[in-house]
Amino acid sequence: MATMSAGPAKIDRQISLPMSQAMRIALRNITIRLGRALITGAGTMLGIAFLMSVFANTLAQQAANIEIPAQQATKNLWLVIMSLLVAVVGITNSMLMSVTERYKEIGTMKCLGALDNFIVKLFLLESGFLGFFGSLIGAIIGAVFVLLPKFGLWGSLDWGRFLLYLLGCVVIGSFLSIIAALGPAIRASRMPPADAMRTEV
Amino acid sequence: MARENDAMTGSKDGTPNAAEGAMQATAPVAAGDATGTAGTAIVNPATNGGASTNGGAANGSSPATAVSGARAADNYYGQEYIVRAKNIKKTFEVGGQPVHALRGVDIDIRRGEYISIMGPSGSGKSTLFNMIGGLDKPTEGTVFIDEVDMAQLDAFELAWLRCRKIGYIFQTFNLIPVMTALENITLPMIFAGASTDEQLEKGRKLLEQVGIGHRMHNKPSQLSGGQQQRVAIARSLANDPAIVLADEPTGNLDQKTGKEIIDLLKKLNKESGVTIITATHDDKMLDVSDRIVWVSDGRIDKIKRRDEVDITLGTLEGGVH
Repeated sequence: MATMSAGPAKIDRQISLPMSQAMRIALRNITIRLGRALITGAGTMLGIAFLMSVFANTLAQQAANIEIPAQQATKNLWLVIMSLLVAVVGITNSMLMSVTERYKEIGTMKCLGALDNFIVKLFLLESGFLGFFGSLIGAIIGAVFVLLPKFGLWGSLDWGRFLLYLLGCVVIGSFLSIIAALGPAIRASRMPPADAMRTEV
Repeated sequence: MARENDAMTGSKDGTPNAAEGAMQATAPVAAGDATGTAGTAIVNPATNGGASTNGGAANGSSPATAVSGARAADNYYGQEYIVRAKNIKKTFEVGGQPVHALRGVDIDIRRGEYISIMGPSGSGKSTLFNMIGGLDKPTEGTVFIDEVDMAQLDAFELAWLRCRKIGYIFQTFNLIPVMTALENITLPMIFAGASTDEQLEKGRKLLEQVGIGHRMHNKPSQLSGGQQQRVAIARSLANDPAIVLADEPTGNLDQKTGKEIIDLLKKLNKESGVTIITATHDDKMLDVSDRIVWVSDGRIDKIKRRDEVDITLGTLEGGVH
């Protein structure tokens, strides 16, 4: 066994967490705490649904050749920004809770040789997944709510633009989720591994 | 430095067990004597690190006429030091006031030894334990693990050391709840970059070795405390570490299960020659230890070999398996 080898140890620095494994762990973390994950995802979903509904409305109005007043556009913009901010704060809060809850787990991982950036990676992936699925569903819901009653306009709708908006919503949602989780993830990664030894908490 | 130590160690190994006196923390000379015989302990918190090193070195060469004692066979793997702590001090700031958790501790641990660290809470036991395990750095003094100075390592090297050289066992098992037993064991191997086949094969083998091969696809929540601790033990051995650190490994287990876990640890210690360092309150643990270290008030109180300690237990030869 390796333990019998004599002489001073050679200290290496190669420690790895392949992306596939990281994604597997992150997905597992989501599914195991599905209730919480759904609530966190719902925040993103609602924000993005609103964003998409604004986009879809714009498209519908363009299709119907209605001029959008500048004032309404500004108002919409503000509403969208506010709703996305609320979603971001919600994700940050949820991730902070998650860090506190998994204090020991994080410490254990660090004892097992995880680098700080593994922990960050895991949390960001987790949040990114939530953001991706949340915003995908949200975008679809938003679009359906606005466009379903206006099926008369479907023929003249700019569908290329529509898909672009849909994609944009998903990208924005995932990106914001990752940004929101950055703080909590870094906080988690700085945790000293010795804390895994603590029996309280 | 390393070479010098090796030479020193060589002569010590051959030394008989003549002087079996307990090491008194306040007597550097006595401590030096003991170093040559009882295996590696240099305990003189009253003096500083320099003096203790001298004491050890001077003594290591003096009883040159070596008669191989009975212990020599036991310490087959004890050819060299795996942990060397020199005059380590640790001071925390609590509310602007310095708190001295460790006030100068020297301890050398041989490869393949089974060491128990005892002490009340607040004694500095946990701090010492964390230092030896590479989880914390001392304020003063040096800790060598496998001849590597911990203070010189950066974050990557420390992570590497924790991953490959040190295995951890916790009082509360600390398995990752979302992973099965097998996945828990393969996690450190993933970090170490092993291939999937290697991971699975080794993981299965380790689970068989700790006696729960049949539960490998169970989540920790589906396992009993004893079973969880077995998984944790298997996990600690995943990357063939040189040291296994066990923090109160029987603290959350009942007597019978605790005994089984202790027997398992001892078995692994004997079979694979892995150094086991435990922090414990459990008298059952003392019985299987090669040496027992008592810590109080940030200093090492005494270090005794197992055969110097009277332990009366209900069942010494439990045979619970």
